Amino acid sequence: MASENPMAAEYIKHHLQNLTFGQHPDGSWGIAETSKQASDMGFWAIHLDTMGFSIGLGILFLWLFRIAAKKASVATPTGLQNFVELMVEFVDNSVKESFHGKSKVIAPLALTIFVWIFLMNLMDLVPVDFIPRIAHDIFGLEYFKIVPTTDINATLGLSLSVFFLIIFYSIKMKGIGGFAKELTLQPFNTPIMIPFNFVLEMVGLLAKPVSLALRLFGNLYAGELIFILIAILPWGVQWALSVPWAIFHILVITLQAFIFMMLTIVYLSMAHEEH
Amino acid sequence: MNLNLTLIGQAISFAIFVWFCMKFVWPPVIAALEERSKKIADGLEAANRASRDLELAQEQAAQILRESKDNAAEIIEQANKRANQMIDEAKEQVIADGKRLREAAQAEIEQDVMRAKEALRAQVSVLAFAGAEKILGATIDEKAHSEIVEQLAKEL
Repeated sequence: MASENPMAAEYIKHHLQNLTFGQHPDGSWGIAETSKQASDMGFWAIHLDTMGFSIGLGILFLWLFRIAAKKASVATPTGLQNFVELMVEFVDNSVKESFHGKSKVIAPLALTIFVWIFLMNLMDLVPVDFIPRIAHDIFGLEYFKIVPTTDINATLGLSLSVFFLIIFYSIKMKGIGGFAKELTLQPFNTPIMIPFNFVLEMVGLLAKPVSLALRLFGNLYAGELIFILIAILPWGVQWALSVPWAIFHILVITLQAFIFMMLTIVYLSMAHEEH
Repeated sequence: MNLNLTLIGQAISFAIFVWFCMKFVWPPVIAALEERSKKIADGLEAANRASRDLELAQEQAAQILRESKDNAAEIIEQANKRANQMIDEAKEQVIADGKRLREAAQAEIEQDVMRAKEALRAQVSVLAFAGAEKILGATIDEKAHSEIVEQLAKEL
């Protein structure tokens, strides 16, 4: 068994490496062949697998919903339209419950977040070796990670967008002065405490996108890691672990998508309200 | 697990997806939902109104039925009265006719009697002459004695 360990470690590492395209330190552009090469590319590199799958799933989501939206009518809905209306109504209710202002952006934003993240998470349920094997054998790609939300870049990209929206709405609703006041005169409303308040509020503000991104990433990363660990086991017993974990994971991926959506709504509604 | 351009790429695609969803997906679906809920509310209201109308109509129908029953009873009563009247009239007519006929018959009978009496009177004079002839055995001058006989006949 000891001899298998290096192989297992290799296998796990291999599965956790994205397909990275960027500039090698020597100046040439290309796809990283090893993890070392990938990290050497620094910031100006891009994960082709994450981008490809997330955009593909985003387009799938919008395509499906657009079909239903075009057909949307007062008549009794059927099939896809029924499902889409269910989702829209669910998101609309969630937004109405926690967001009391008026905004045309927040409800569609929440819908996009929920469905898109759910679809990206859903990729976690595809057997871990399935698509990477195809990518390797047919397209000759060394690394391939199909779950975009197990890439910190993807979740951070989402949460930073939400973060900018928080700042945008805070300034739009309260003005720059109001927003500055909110950051400096809370929780202690005295001029002396301004530096302390500012540090406290900044931490709170910055914690929002970071916690959003890390929560989603952490849950999905851990989930995928367990799938990979199960995949190391002899093939005959894998099902005994992977099936229960996959069933449990259905809950996790839905819940994480929902949490991300709800927290986005809550943060934005906080940005809209005066304290 | 390197932070790199993917982050910005994700943010951009996220923004585009949200924009698309906001522009082309959300409004038609939510409009349809709202319209449907409005239609359902209207339908429920219409149903309520219809049941109220039905109640009213039933009441009206009962009222009309009652009125027509009253009318019918009245008409029947009138008809009965009229029939009785007609019967009475017919009876009176018959009685009057009978009386008239009887009177006519009586007058005729009286006339006949009178005629018979006249005839008899005439015959009596003839008979009287014949009787007298036989008794006297001689011819009586009819012209001389007819005056006396006629006087006699008148007395009869």
